[in-house]
Amino acid sequence: MLKKIRPGWGLLPVVIFLAVWELVARLNLVPGELSFPPFSVVVLEFYHLTASGVLGDNFLTSLGRVLIGFCAGSIAGIAVGTVMGWVENANKTLHPIISLFYPIPALGWLPLLMLWVGINEMLPIAIIFISSFFPVLYNTVTGIRNVDKQYIQVARTLGASDTRILATVVMPLALPNIFTGLRLNAGMAWRVIIAAEMVAIPTGIGALMMRAESLIRIDIIIVCLIVLAVMCLAFERFFQYLEARMTTRWR
Amino acid sequence: MPAIELKNICQYICRDVNLKIRDKELMVLLGPNGAGKTTVVNIIAGLTDYRGSVLFDGVAVDKLPANKREVGYLFQDLVLFPHLDVAANIAYGLTAKKQTPQQAESRVKQLLQMMKIEHLASRYPKNLSGGEKQRVALARALAPSPKVLLLDEPLSSLDVPTAKYLRTELKQLQQRLGITTAYVTHDLQEAEEMADRIAVIQNGCLEQVDKPERVFFYPQNEKVSDFIGAPNILDCDYCRSLGKGVMEVGCGGLPIIVPHDGEAVHRIALLPSDIHISETHPPGPEVNRFKALVTSINPTNETVRIGLKAGALNLLAGMPHHIFEDMSLAVGKEVFLILKLRRIKVYENKDSQRSDSN
Repeated sequence: MLKKIRPGWGLLPVVIFLAVWELVARLNLVPGELSFPPFSVVVLEFYHLTASGVLGDNFLTSLGRVLIGFCAGSIAGIAVGTVMGWVENANKTLHPIISLFYPIPALGWLPLLMLWVGINEMLPIAIIFISSFFPVLYNTVTGIRNVDKQYIQVARTLGASDTRILATVVMPLALPNIFTGLRLNAGMAWRVIIAAEMVAIPTGIGALMMRAESLIRIDIIIVCLIVLAVMCLAFERFFQYLEARMTTRWR
Repeated sequence: MPAIELKNICQYICRDVNLKIRDKELMVLLGPNGAGKTTVVNIIAGLTDYRGSVLFDGVAVDKLPANKREVGYLFQDLVLFPHLDVAANIAYGLTAKKQTPQQAESRVKQLLQMMKIEHLASRYPKNLSGGEKQRVALARALAPSPKVLLLDEPLSSLDVPTAKYLRTELKQLQQRLGITTAYVTHDLQEAEEMADRIAVIQNGCLEQVDKPERVFFYPQNEKVSDFIGAPNILDCDYCRSLGKGVMEVGCGGLPIIVPHDGEAVHRIALLPSDIHISETHPPGPEVNRFKALVTSINPTNETVRIGLKAGALNLLAGMPHHIFEDMSLAVGKEVFLILKLRRIKVYENKDSQRSDSN
């Protein structure tokens, strides 16, 4: 169980970090033409970007892709993983294939998908689908197969059918593992989409960053990075919270 | 409640097991670890594949999967569902049988009362003590009113006082419900206390099926005798009461005093560890003290076994290695024996000489 970060102590290092940043930038302590802007300038730029709607539009575009791709990939992963974890023959058949696909980094699919799917709204969604599907599948299979066989046997002697055992005993006990998969991949989805948007697609936070780069707008790049950091963290924390809600009573 | 019958059961570990458990009977399956006791109950429950036939009340249930056999099975590790609270654990078998929530709820209440655990209803298994878990697991197994109860070393995870207490309670409950029961244990004393009859299992073979006292006084073969501690079993030629709860019996010409009052004694038994050997003449009254000749010395893993001849009797005594090394025993040497009075078990021959194996 992770300890709750108390606001006081958690925020203090961040505040000090920002102050040092502001100071270093204001006093021009970093040599070179492209020195980075002070924090206050970044905040100001954040305001401008938000007010003009540029940041909001690009952010919502990215968010939509992440949500659709991640949900679809996770649901598919849990579904296939459940079948593989529960039906021994399905596992025997599919496991060798999955083992081959699993190690491929999600971005490795990008060139292939650009040709197959084309450069359109489906491309980032497909990439995120793949990046979520395999890890969630893997965690689901592990979670289900790790459930102690005795729980299944005892449920059986109590008269429960196989589907009932799956629904009332196996899945609840596999949940912690499944949630670990979801939590890790919720953050991963954001990492993947930024890369995809930088390389291939002209909209979204990643694309905004690349445009800022060509205009040498370091402040905008930093705004985007902060947005990303916050989103990764928020997604991971959300699933951590869900997991805790569903299992602390009995774990 | 049906009688259980196993016919020619063969399986990876079991070799041609034939066993009948009578209606309402508590049959203890007794044997060392790895003998195949758990396998036998798993076969009755339908959790393991096997060849041969299992019959409940004369009807073969081999085709029935475990969830249709209506057995209550208490696992050695109890395996309470950790994600369900106590009430939901107990209700599991009821909802699985499509009982209405109202029916299930009243049955759960009834069981909570019967096991005296009403105050635990909304707790989760992680917050229960060993004895409490035990009761919950038993309540869960009994909730769907099973035809047969299977208990696999149910008390082995508990501390000794709790186990002793629950043992009595379990036996009373079994008698009150009149439920046919198979009870697995490796503990001889537990088996003697619980059993209507004992089935001794070793290496997947049934060695003897008998009443507890008959297993002890009439072990059918060497294996059974070894398992119960290789007791010296002596036939009595005569017996006469001395009053005050003691009796004198004659075995092989030796007058032995036994702690017994009542019916005539036909056999007595004494474990090797309960025969004390002294090189010098022991002080105290001449009760159960005899001269004897050492006839053999046999070191085993745990003890040194010493064969003795006292009068016409051949006895086996046992002592720890360190005590043996402090003495200078040798074959042919004359020693003195003390038979520990309170450890002598007596057998009143109430039923026939034949072992009843049905």
